[in-house]
Amino acid sequence: MNVTMNTLVKWLSATALGLMLLPGTASAAWQLNLSPPVSHAGFVAYELHNFMTLICLVIFIGVFAVLGYSLYAHRKSKGHKAAGFHENLAVEIAWIAVPFVILVVMAVPATKALLDLRDASEPDITIKATGYQWKWGYDYLKGDGEGVHFMSVLATPRDQIEGKEPKGEHYLLEVDNPVVVPVNKKVRILTTANDVIHSWSMQEFGIKQDAVPGFIRDAAFKAEKEGTYRGQCSELCGKDHGFMPIVVEVVSAEKYAAWVDEQKKKMAAAMGDPNKVWTLDEMKAYGEKVYTTNCVACHQANGKGIPGAFPALDGSKIATGPNADHINRVLNGKTGTAMAAFGNQLSDTDIAAVITYERNSWGNKTGDLIQPAEIKAARK
Amino acid sequence: MEAVHDHHAADHDHHQPSGLMRWITTTNHKDIGTMYLWFSFIMFMVGGAMSMVIRAELFEPGLQFISPERYNQMITLHALIMVFGAIMPAFVGFANWMIPLQIGAPDMAFARMNNWSFWILPVAGSMLVGSLLAPGGAAGTGWTLYPPLSVQSGMGMDMAIFGIHLLGMSSIMGSINIITTILNLRAPGMTLMKMPLFSWTWLITAYLLIAVMPVLAGAVTMLLTDRHFGTSFFSAAGGGDPVLFQHIFWFFGHPEVYIIALPAFGVISEVIPAFSRKPIFGYASMVYAIASIAIISFFVWAHHMYVTGIPLTGQLYFMYATMLIAVPTGVKVFNWVATMWRGSLSFETPMLFALGFLFLFTLGGFSGLVLAITAVDVQLQDTYYVVAHFHYVMVAGALFSAYAGAYYWLPKWTGHMYNETLGKWHFWLSLIFFNMTFFVQHFLGLAGMPRRIPDYALQFADFNRISSLGAFGFGLSQLLFLYIVIKTIKGGKKAEANAWGDAPGLEWTVPSPAPHHTFEVPPVIK
Ligand code: HEC
Ligand SMILES: [Cu+2]
Repeated sequence: MNVTMNTLVKWLSATALGLMLLPGTASAAWQLNLSPPVSHAGFVAYELHNFMTLICLVIFIGVFAVLGYSLYAHRKSKGHKAAGFHENLAVEIAWIAVPFVILVVMAVPATKALLDLRDASEPDITIKATGYQWKWGYDYLKGDGEGVHFMSVLATPRDQIEGKEPKGEHYLLEVDNPVVVPVNKKVRILTTANDVIHSWSMQEFGIKQDAVPGFIRDAAFKAEKEGTYRGQCSELCGKDHGFMPIVVEVVSAEKYAAWVDEQKKKMAAAMGDPNKVWTLDEMKAYGEKVYTTNCVACHQANGKGIPGAFPALDGSKIATGPNADHINRVLNGKTGTAMAAFGNQLSDTDIAAVITYERNSWGNKTGDLIQPAEIKAARK
Repeated sequence: MEAVHDHHAADHDHHQPSGLMRWITTTNHKDIGTMYLWFSFIMFMVGGAMSMVIRAELFEPGLQFISPERYNQMITLHALIMVFGAIMPAFVGFANWMIPLQIGAPDMAFARMNNWSFWILPVAGSMLVGSLLAPGGAAGTGWTLYPPLSVQSGMGMDMAIFGIHLLGMSSIMGSINIITTILNLRAPGMTLMKMPLFSWTWLITAYLLIAVMPVLAGAVTMLLTDRHFGTSFFSAAGGGDPVLFQHIFWFFGHPEVYIIALPAFGVISEVIPAFSRKPIFGYASMVYAIASIAIISFFVWAHHMYVTGIPLTGQLYFMYATMLIAVPTGVKVFNWVATMWRGSLSFETPMLFALGFLFLFTLGGFSGLVLAITAVDVQLQDTYYVVAHFHYVMVAGALFSAYAGAYYWLPKWTGHMYNETLGKWHFWLSLIFFNMTFFVQHFLGLAGMPRRIPDYALQFADFNRISSLGAFGFGLSQLLFLYIVIKTIKGGKKAEANAWGDAPGLEWTVPSPAPHHTFEVPPVIK
């Protein structure tokens, strides 16, 4: 039974492929089918979709061919007289039974595909993907690369989005730090979120998994082809939902090892020296960078926020009041609002810098200089 | 069947206040039906205008007209207004007008409550539309209102919640009224199994509404207390679970789909036999199919949640249950086709819309079946494929059916025939532009374009442009309907009591336009 079913699925989907133009041959702009899969789960879903679509198409054409004939042949304008029949038990039972059998035929491969998809056992590498408004954070938890972690933010310049600059090839589908994984290794993605629900999805791998704050979900893939794959957050997560893409680079084992080395060096450098004492100008300059990557989406470059949704920092009581309140708000956020706790996302230096920046920018002229050591102390 | 005594009607009219007060105080099912229909059309225009803004923003990549926040507010209000303000009230309008006429009742059972259930609507509608002016704007969460995003939002969210409460109250009152009317006020001899299918679909829909509107009210109330009173139903930090909301929402949300679809089926089941000049095929199986669809609709909600992390067994169960709905739905489609088979078919505008419905709703049903398959849905969830799917069911399904019903019964309501040529234009323009707008969205979804985004990658540009152009055309074509209706109210060929010559049903035994009071003496059905 299973073998014939498989051949049937293969055969039908091959026909469907022919009908639907192979996505590989059609130009990307006019893509008519799912993207060509590169993992087993993706491939199974792809074939299943073709199989389903084809059966539906055949039934659709069958039913509407009958109707079409009737519309043509049984017209009043042609003088056709209405027959009087209005029931027929045998026919009525048949069109309950036949669809039921077709559904069972569909359910068999559908069940098998799902079992394949959900198998996240024995991964080679485990990566946690955390959704933030509006970026992704990645922690390599287990396997080669353990300990690597970074944030992945949209790399498309604002000017392209606002039409002041021509749009690049990967407009909205490019990030500063892509996820890198080795080819032919099983990767388990754990998803969670920091604020609202996001969704981590990659069509070529056949996975999509919601990232729910406070919970951990998982999905797994084994990419069988090197390359760069692009997806997007797939659950409405507020203002910049359309601007938090997912980019995965599948590379050879050697390249992956090199990448891990490089990341570890970068991370060590980024930690900075928590005991270094900074000048106000140094802090402000660095703080502006931190602000632009982490805060600008809500509080805006001019510090005026978005009235009713995100408060202005320019002239804000907290950003001009006691240091401790300001530090507390950035470290711990405010629950029930979009203001997240940045304590677990940013280093002491980052937080000290961004706070210094906020206290000395726009109309805020407190002259306060916050040192990383103060943040370290405040964390306790 | 007896003709009506319309001299009574004239007498009663004298007691009616005139002008505006007539409409504010009316307890007459026909007046209230008319108000429901106008209200729904106005909301359809408002929600439609929002969709024009959405499609204008999506016409090309980049941000052009509105900010991402406003964009999110537009999609949220567009959906809430279309579902609760346009489509549902439209079918309640049909119910008010037609159920008493179809079952030979003098009016609805609770005439004054009927007035209230209508007049709550404009308040709720203003609440939704007005929330655009709230500080921080309207809710920007999508009509699904998922927390924690909806807990974050500003006051516009509270207005939406309050609006939803009011809409729920209105629906429940309307449903109680419909159930009581159908169960108690049928003319002698009108047994349930002789009742026209439109009334049947509403009887079942009304039960669905009473079952699920309180569930929605509960969900949004929990949201409200999470927002303002420190509860944590949907916050993991306080021991709650954001996904709990989705379970409750979709326990309402899936039957809601059939709350919209069943009355649409009902209208189609009236129109197709009338223009096939043949009784509906398989009347009894139609009734059983409606009932089984309604029952199964309670047990499939998590097919909207395949990627939230429900367990494998849950995914399997909800997949099988969802596929099962195809069986009774198939029965309906086959029965409609069999009704036309060897009939004597003519293609006036109501029939054209019914055929359009049949064709496109079936397509939407098939894309639904594809989405039911979990492994495939994982690829398509939250993409434009889903947007295409539900617009085939909601627009080509519910809206086309409402148009079929409107053209079918306009002569009864106004006493005039509408302009057939213009009606046909309206149909063909709607059909072409509808497909231009939504068919290509299947491809966008397959290629991976997420829904609810104000800007998109370059590879999606071509199909989006086609879709936007289609949407503008579709929007404009609907103005033609407004023109046709106004023209028909003002004049036109006088309609006979049976405007279609030999359409079945009690409503065609009373004069056109139907007098203010009908069936004061119940007709006798053999
Ligand atoms: C997702 C949107 C968002 C992002 C990103 C964000 N904030 Fe906020 N922020 C808010 C909201 C909303 C509030 C108001 C919370 C409340 O209701 O008190 C807020 C409040 C604040 C306040 C207190 C202002 C006042 O007067 O009440 C400070 C200070 C602040 N944020 C700093 C930051 C810093 C620093 C960053 C970047 C590291 C940042 N925010 C990133 C949304 C955001
Ligand atoms: Cu997101």
